[in-house]
Amino acid sequence: MARIFAYIVHKGGVADDSAAELAAAARKIDAAGSPTAVVTGWGAELDSVCNALRGSYAEIWKIANESLAYPNAELVRKSLVKVLPQGSVVLISHEHFGIDLAPGLSVKMNAAFVSDVLGIEGSEDSHLKVVRQEFGGQVSAHVRCDISSGAVVTVRPGAFKPLENAPAGGSLIDKSADVGALTAGRRYLQTVVAESGDVDITQHSVLVSIGRGIQEKDNVAMAQELADAMGAALSCSRPVVDAKWLDKSRQVGSSGKTVKPKVYLACGISGAFQHLVGIKGNPFIVAINKNPKAPIFQVADVGIVDDLLEFLPELTNKIREMHNVPAKRTA
Amino acid sequence: MEILVCARRVPDTSENEITLNSAGNDIERDELVYSVNEPDNYAVEEALQIVAKAGGNVTVVTVGGEDDEEILRREMAMGAHHGVLISDEAFNGSDGRGIATILKGFVQKGNYDLILTGVQAEDGGAQVGGMLAAMLDYPFASLVNSIEVLDGRKLKIGREIAGGNREISEIDLPCVLSIQTGINEPRYVGMRGIRAVASVPIPTYGVSELGIDPGAVGEAAARVKRVDYFLPQLGKGAEMLEGSREEVIDKLVELVAAKGGLK
Repeated sequence: MARIFAYIVHKGGVADDSAAELAAAARKIDAAGSPTAVVTGWGAELDSVCNALRGSYAEIWKIANESLAYPNAELVRKSLVKVLPQGSVVLISHEHFGIDLAPGLSVKMNAAFVSDVLGIEGSEDSHLKVVRQEFGGQVSAHVRCDISSGAVVTVRPGAFKPLENAPAGGSLIDKSADVGALTAGRRYLQTVVAESGDVDITQHSVLVSIGRGIQEKDNVAMAQELADAMGAALSCSRPVVDAKWLDKSRQVGSSGKTVKPKVYLACGISGAFQHLVGIKGNPFIVAINKNPKAPIFQVADVGIVDDLLEFLPELTNKIREMHNVPAKRTA
Repeated sequence: MEILVCARRVPDTSENEITLNSAGNDIERDELVYSVNEPDNYAVEEALQIVAKAGGNVTVVTVGGEDDEEILRREMAMGAHHGVLISDEAFNGSDGRGIATILKGFVQKGNYDLILTGVQAEDGGAQVGGMLAAMLDYPFASLVNSIEVLDGRKLKIGREIAGGNREISEIDLPCVLSIQTGINEPRYVGMRGIRAVASVPIPTYGVSELGIDPGAVGEAAARVKRVDYFLPQLGKGAEMLEGSREEVIDKLVELVAAKGGLK
């Protein structure tokens, strides 16, 4: 069995939640084996991450290099290629850094590449059988990956539950000397923090959230009226922001905000994982969608298959009636 | 600036319910509506906006078959200067690495300053751009949501990272960028535009034209293969409210109020 490495993303001296998830994913590949954490960075933050990982990994490889103080994927890739043995299986979290790093790493290690894996059904005869999703989560696929020359696998955040009996007391091995000077054709300049916007959707306990199903800009007002009637805030999924119908600050999801409402009304939202990961705290989810096969119905508490553009105004009127507000006549 | 955009034709999930075929080994492809992969459209728009300022040409390339010509014509109707179809039986069944190998062969026949892809295909793995860059030893950035051309063969780019934040970097040309949706507003393409490019010849390249080792591409070389499709079961499934719309609304209001969802 190939040696398994988990590349650990960290920030501010703290390992990402995915560190424990990758250890769990590694166990699914090789129940008997023990994965090695590999961590790149610089200074006290790197040391603090490596120390903390001794609680969940049996072995930690540290790559300290001043040029890796900020995680530039090209530099990280070059350092990993120098350190990791040929034929290894490398697990990386499928988020913005992993998406940047993993495909090129697979080429440079001459390893197979499979991305955004949310299930691992085991390995045999140098093949790994994994589960992926396609078409926005509408269908899943079993994928067979030949790992005889190694593999780079990106793992969906949240898909693997951390192990309860993680190996502890890990030994720390410093691989920094193998790396040397690193240069890249891409240089980090700065991070621009998102503007907060007029409404802070992270602070609301009830959200009316709209997706592609709202169809056009003029229909956004209809959802805002429902939100107003409910005393809720209006949020959205990515397509609504892409179309510039709502500000980026209203977006729920991996590239938007993480929200923790009590009630979440998903209106015309299909339920892609990038959206769902932004909804935390186990709210009561209502899904309204014209497509009965939309993945959102699998995670919602209550589902309604209907035409949004007819359903929303009637729902708004009903709530207004309850509040003794005269129903608005709609054309 | 000579820009190459790698595009794909995919089933349009906003127009289709994706279901399985009776054998369960593929999605039901009869009657599917296909269109250009959405992020690829943003990539073409971005390329057009760059050449409008900096000069140059936009070439759109796709790896596929005859049916895929329609997306090349659509992107040419948007304003792309050239469309190229890469097609050969030897390419069938290629995995992401195979596709990147094929595109590398094409890139090396030309002289491109900038190569763009969409961030991910509906049935893809956000992989070809990063692999192509590594094969060419070009710098790469994914999830790009802003591009500014700087002097001295460099770009200033923004990447979408967590929480709606943006990571700003400088990147040397030539490079490969994967473009995130929302970077711009792709222009509308009307029937007139499509008709205007309907008879423009589209060159086709195969194994021999590109000088690719057929053993490095296609099904035999693919290390990653889809075995079958199945319908996912992510959660317990929603309680579906049924009945007349009025009944559904009454029930919904009751449930939402009980959860504290009404002020």
